[in-house]
Amino acid sequence: MANKVFHVMYDDDQKLMDAAKSLVSQGIRVKEVFSPFPIHGLDPVIGIKRTRLAICSFMYACTGTALSILGTWYFMVSDWNWNIGGKPNFTWIENAPAFVPVMFEFSVFCGAHGMAITYLLRNGTLPGMPASNPDPRTTDDKFVMEITTDDNHLSASDLEAKIRATDVYELNIKDY
Amino acid sequence: MFKESNLRKPLILGHKTYGDITNDIVNPIMGAAPKQWKIAITIAFIVALYGVGCIFYVVGVGIGSWGLNKTVGWAWDITNFVWWVGIGHAGTLISAVLLLFRQRWRMAINRSAEAMTIFAVIMAAVFPLLHMGRIWCAYWTLPLPNTLGSLWPNFNSALMWDVFAISTYFSVSLVFWYIGLIPDFASIRDKMTNHPMRKFYSILSFGWSGRAKHWTRFEEVSLVLAGIATPLVFSVHSIVSMDFATSIVPGWHTTIFPPYFVSGAVFSGFAMVQTLLLIMRKVMKLEAYINLRHIEYMNIVIIVTGSIVGVAYLTELFISWYSGVEYESYAFINRFSGPLAWSYWCMMTCNVISPQLFWFKKLRTSLSFTFFMSIIVNIGMWFERFVIIVTSIHRDYIPGAWGEFKATSIDIGLFIGTIGIFFTLFLLFSRYFPVLALNELKTILKTSGESYKKEGSH
Repeated sequence: MANKVFHVMYDDDQKLMDAAKSLVSQGIRVKEVFSPFPIHGLDPVIGIKRTRLAICSFMYACTGTALSILGTWYFMVSDWNWNIGGKPNFTWIENAPAFVPVMFEFSVFCGAHGMAITYLLRNGTLPGMPASNPDPRTTDDKFVMEITTDDNHLSASDLEAKIRATDVYELNIKDY
Repeated sequence: MFKESNLRKPLILGHKTYGDITNDIVNPIMGAAPKQWKIAITIAFIVALYGVGCIFYVVGVGIGSWGLNKTVGWAWDITNFVWWVGIGHAGTLISAVLLLFRQRWRMAINRSAEAMTIFAVIMAAVFPLLHMGRIWCAYWTLPLPNTLGSLWPNFNSALMWDVFAISTYFSVSLVFWYIGLIPDFASIRDKMTNHPMRKFYSILSFGWSGRAKHWTRFEEVSLVLAGIATPLVFSVHSIVSMDFATSIVPGWHTTIFPPYFVSGAVFSGFAMVQTLLLIMRKVMKLEAYINLRHIEYMNIVIIVTGSIVGVAYLTELFISWYSGVEYESYAFINRFSGPLAWSYWCMMTCNVISPQLFWFKKLRTSLSFTFFMSIIVNIGMWFERFVIIVTSIHRDYIPGAWGEFKATSIDIGLFIGTIGIFFTLFLLFSRYFPVLALNELKTILKTSGESYKKEGSH
C-alpha cells in the first residue's frame, strides 16, 4: 500500500490548534503545519523544540567583540602606535574607552548578520528557492496540517476518520 | 492567547478577516497605479533628478561649490546628514523598541517606518561621502590593508566611530526589514498565480512556505534583532552627537548631547512618519489599519520627545551661563541674539512651543493639524542642527576670523534633491512592497480587530 500524505486545511488558527491538540492526544503525529502567521502555543503541541538562534547570535556577537579588540589593538597599538595630541597609544587598555563605540558596533554587526545568515540557511529560504507550501492559500487565510501514514501506526482509512472528526475545511490526500 | 481590554479602542477597524487583510494590501499592488501615485512619483523623480545632477556636479568640481569658508567648514552638509539620520531613528524605534515593549499599534506602521529608516540613512550617507571631496577614496575610512605604509584609520576619532555606527545601523536595519518582508512577499507571490510579476515576488520571497518551525525561528530572530537594534539606535545618534561633543568648540563640547540628540532624532523621525503615513493611508486606502489611535499615539511620542528636547535646550542655555566660561556663554548669547538668531527662534518655535499644542486631545486627533505639525517639526529639527553647527563655529575665538555662511544653489539643490530621491524610493516601496506587515497584523486581528472586540464584549 502506498504511503499517503494528508493535507488537512482549516479556515481558522484556533480550529487548527484544537484539531492538533485532539489528534496529538490520540497519538497521531503532526508532521508539519503551514500557516500565514505564527500560531502561538502550537509548537509544544506538535513537538517543535525551541530554536537556538539566540544563542548563535550571542556567539557571533562575542566573536565580533573579540575581533574588534584584536583589530583596534593591531591598528592602533601594535602595527603603528598612533600619537594623537601627544598622547601615544602604547597600550590597548589605556585607550580602550575610545574603542568602546567601535567594539559595540562591530559586536552588533556580527551578532545581527551572523544570526540572519544562519536563520536563512537553516530555513532554506534563499534567493531563487522554490516555495514548498502545499496550497497557495496557506500564505493568505488558510492553515494546513500535514500528516503522513509513514509517521503514524494507523491505516490510511483510520487516520482519515480521525482527521475528519476535527473541524476540517478541506482535505487533500495524496500518494507519495 | 493574549487578551486586550474591550475598553481599548480597536487597532483594526471594520469587519476584517484574514483574507481581507491580504487583499487590502495585495490588490493595490496587482492593480493599476492610482493617479495620485503617478503624479507624486513624477514630481519626486524630477526633484530627484535635480539632486542627482547636483551630486554629479559636486563630485566633478569639488565642495568649493558649497558655501563653506575658512571659518564655517561644516554647514548644510552635516546639518542634512544629522537631519536624515535622525529621521531614520523613528523606524527602528517603532520596529525594535516598541516590539520589546509589546506595543501592538506598531504593527500597522512598522513596515513603512523601517522603509523610511533605510531610505533616510541612504540620504544621510550622501553628505559625508560628498564632503570627503574625493568620493572614490571613501573606502579609506575602512581598516583595509593598503600600500600606503602602515596607514590605518584613527579609531580614537568620533568620525571613525560614525563610519562603524552608520554602516552597522544601515545594514542591520536593512536585514531586520527584509526578514520581516519575506513572509509577506510570499503572500503576494501566492496571490499572483497568473500574474507576470509572480516570478519577481517569487525570487524576493526566498521560497518562504510558512512552516511552523520557520515561524518559530522568525519570531526569535525578530525578537533578538529588536533586542540588539534597540541599543544600536541609541548608540548611533549618541555617536553622531559625539562628532560634535568630543571637539572643544564652545556650543558643541557638552555632555548633554547624546541623550539630547537621541530624543531629537526620535522627535523628528516620528514627525516624518506622520507626514508619510497620513498621505499613504489616504492614497492606499489604509484608514482601517492606520487609524486615529495610531496617529494619536505617535503624537504623544512627539510631545514627549519634543519636551525632552525643549528641556535640553534650556539646560544647555543655563549651563553655558553657570559654567562661568565666557566663550561658552558667548556661544549661546550669540545663538539667540547674534546674526543667526532668526534660526534659533525658528527652532524654538517649531520644536518647543508648537508641539505643546498636542496636549489638546482635539488637536492631536486632528489629521490636518497633525500633518501641519509634522512639517513644522521637520523644519524645526533641520534648524536645530543648523543652529548647533553653524552658529557655534561662525564666530571663532578671534573676531578677525568671524565669518558668515551663505548657502549656494548647489547646497540647496543637494538638500532638496535628497528629499526628491527619498520620496521616489518611498513611493516605489509603497507601490510594489507590502506596506503593512501582513503576518503581524493577522496575529492581532482577533485581539484588536473591531468585529472581534464587539463579539467579545457580549
